[in-house]
Amino acid sequence: MFDDSNIIAGLEIGTSKICVVVGELGADGSLNIIGLGQSRSRGVRKGEIIDPAQVEEDLRAAMFEAEQMADVEIRSVYLGITGGHVRGFNNRGVHPVVSADREISADDVEDVVKNAKAINLPAENTVVHAVRQHFFVDGQDGVTNPVGMLGARLEVDMHVIHGNANRLQNAIRLVRATSLEVDDVVFNGIAASLALLTNEQKELGALVIDLGGGTTEYVVYSNGVIRHSGVLAVGGDHVSNDLAYGLKVPLSRAEKLKIEYGGALVSEAIKGQTISITNELGLELKRINHEHLQRIMALRLEEVFELIVQDLERAGLVDYLRAGVYLCGGGSRVGGIVKLAENVFQMNVTAGHACAISGLTTALDQPEFAAAIGLVKFGSLKSRRRDGRSLISRSIKGVFDKFLQR
Amino acid sequence: MNEQPEIPAFAPPEPPPAPLVRIIGVGNAGIAVLSALDRTEFAAAEFAAINTDAVSLASAPATIKIHLENKLLRGLGSGGDPDRGRALAEEQFSTLKSACEGANVVFILAGLGGGAGSGISPVLAKAAREAGALVLAFVTLPFECEGNRREAQARQTLEYLKSAADGVICLPNQRIFKLIDENTSLLETFRVTGGFLIEGVRGVWHLLMRPGLIQVHFGDLCTLLRDRHAENAFAFVEAQGAGRAREVVENILSHPLLDEGRVLAESDAVLVSLTAGKDLSMAEINRVIDQVKRQCTHAQIIMGAAIDPAMKEKLCVTVIAAKQETVPATSRIQTETRTAGPVSSTREVVVARTPRMKKGGAKPIQTQLPLTIVSKGRFDKSEPTKHNGEDLDVPTFLRRGVPLN
Repeated sequence: MFDDSNIIAGLEIGTSKICVVVGELGADGSLNIIGLGQSRSRGVRKGEIIDPAQVEEDLRAAMFEAEQMADVEIRSVYLGITGGHVRGFNNRGVHPVVSADREISADDVEDVVKNAKAINLPAENTVVHAVRQHFFVDGQDGVTNPVGMLGARLEVDMHVIHGNANRLQNAIRLVRATSLEVDDVVFNGIAASLALLTNEQKELGALVIDLGGGTTEYVVYSNGVIRHSGVLAVGGDHVSNDLAYGLKVPLSRAEKLKIEYGGALVSEAIKGQTISITNELGLELKRINHEHLQRIMALRLEEVFELIVQDLERAGLVDYLRAGVYLCGGGSRVGGIVKLAENVFQMNVTAGHACAISGLTTALDQPEFAAAIGLVKFGSLKSRRRDGRSLISRSIKGVFDKFLQR
Repeated sequence: MNEQPEIPAFAPPEPPPAPLVRIIGVGNAGIAVLSALDRTEFAAAEFAAINTDAVSLASAPATIKIHLENKLLRGLGSGGDPDRGRALAEEQFSTLKSACEGANVVFILAGLGGGAGSGISPVLAKAAREAGALVLAFVTLPFECEGNRREAQARQTLEYLKSAADGVICLPNQRIFKLIDENTSLLETFRVTGGFLIEGVRGVWHLLMRPGLIQVHFGDLCTLLRDRHAENAFAFVEAQGAGRAREVVENILSHPLLDEGRVLAESDAVLVSLTAGKDLSMAEINRVIDQVKRQCTHAQIIMGAAIDPAMKEKLCVTVIAAKQETVPATSRIQTETRTAGPVSSTREVVVARTPRMKKGGAKPIQTQLPLTIVSKGRFDKSEPTKHNGEDLDVPTFLRRGVPLN
């Protein structure tokens, strides 16, 4: 029988598209992207499901495409989540070391992590991720593994990402309804940064911005750990909506204009130029000022970056981004967005590519798929860890079997 | 605020060590605070008033009055446009400079956000420094309900003022909003905000005028204030009787402007100055400083103590706390001018003229209500994305008032 345990699928239910990425985990632990399926998403707004039936239909279409392409059957997925309700913050847990010799044991570490997770959340919220940052032993900073060290007081910083339980559950239930299992839920921002950043960049400090259709997620890494994360429920949809309002055209037309003529900076070359909109017969319906189009887009995108900068300034993290800013998501395709981001952030900005993964280059090169690819990567990291554990149990079991057979 | 009886100004000869202080009210709000100052207490100071609005200037209890006349508006103010105020002030730079001539210290009182206060005060600060005076500005930031535009203007002015003046003490009105109860009248509210500003002026005044045992120099104050803060918090408390040290500490820690002591914990430089009668004991000083120190473990504390025989049994303490800001001032100015740049005159009419600016009997201007109802298009029925009170679903260019012509 075909063993599909090495197949990992990532599912992102986005505002503009639903996409499924299928990866194959090689025997040596290398990850290979073998399939990709996507469909236009019609039942999602600002990253949250508003029409489950519609989403289910779109989801099946995307699944089908991915299974066809990869020639495998997908049984479980890693599900990406987002939405304006998702928040991240840092929390510190404290634990006194009580053993007589003051040596920190694995139990102490477990306890301190548990303490750090015990946080005051609103009743309707649930923790999505609790990522360990650094340990402190008697105030000594930057300890990554305190087991075996001596100390009286053990502390740990955690980055906790939480969201509204019901809204998260909606997405999970929907996936389950299509007879798929959900291996884990992952915040899209973290998934995107997994796909984009190398360990060195995480060490240096980097900001990943996923400019999606309905939401914009951002995650800050520094010293190899997640320091900050956030979601703005503003995305490409807002740009289209602004254009539709400002240029007085229908939304679908605004969407097309955005893709065809959009730009994040008002370039000198287009000043005073007009774009004529024609109907299917080639008759001119309307003339639109190209400069206005780009100005409307530029203002919206600039505002998104400014809001992120303000948030990072409040968190005091702007000076830690030594590797710069990485953009992904459909929004990073807009012409001139790198320049705009450089103007706002005053640092190096790169349109990110998925790295440290091999496979379909068509998928890897496209910024829209970064989050879904990251989901697969998350799955591979997780299953590698699980394999590590099961290997030990397997070998023990093997020994027992031999005993039994004797 | 300005029903304070007008007491004719007189300046008794000062003993040589005391610096000559000139208190200048700028704009309507500044003049209103100036009028509310107790003239007998600040007898050693000279009062001056500068405004674009002749009516408010006429009622000001000042010895020096400078009217920056705008031919365009026929002396009816600056129309809420700080650029206009700034242009006028720069035109009359030499007049401003001569008004500051001879003073050792200049206090500038202004309410930021409008046209006159925001436009003139940075220029005045510059003029006063060129005239050889040390400049300390006491300013208020507008209430949040006064709109984003005024807020932005005020923030920008604050940046200019910080680079022009030796020190800026800034009081965000919004903070006071939390302190007053719902039935407080508008007049009363402005009296309260003005009152807090006056408290600050009085605190610094005491620092400068009373001979200190443990002296706090004006320079100390300036280093504390310079390049440091978005806004500092200050508190001025008094107590008397046997348990006065304890009472003072309690009052400081529950002071509304210090957010019940929380501001102290966040600040990184704190100035504490005590003034009392001859019976001030070391234990009392110690008690106060110790308690304050316990609140702000990270802060550098500058302390001073002074004896004033007239205080008798009273003990008064001035606390000024400043918070470190991580962003260098220059880059901040850049970003702010950039964001403020495209905001143009289309929204100006829409922004409500606040009662603060109306005072002074300027000819009322017919305001226009924003009648166009902004459709949120496809986000009409979804949960709005709010950020600092702004609805991000509304197109950015509309919110910023960028004209598309």
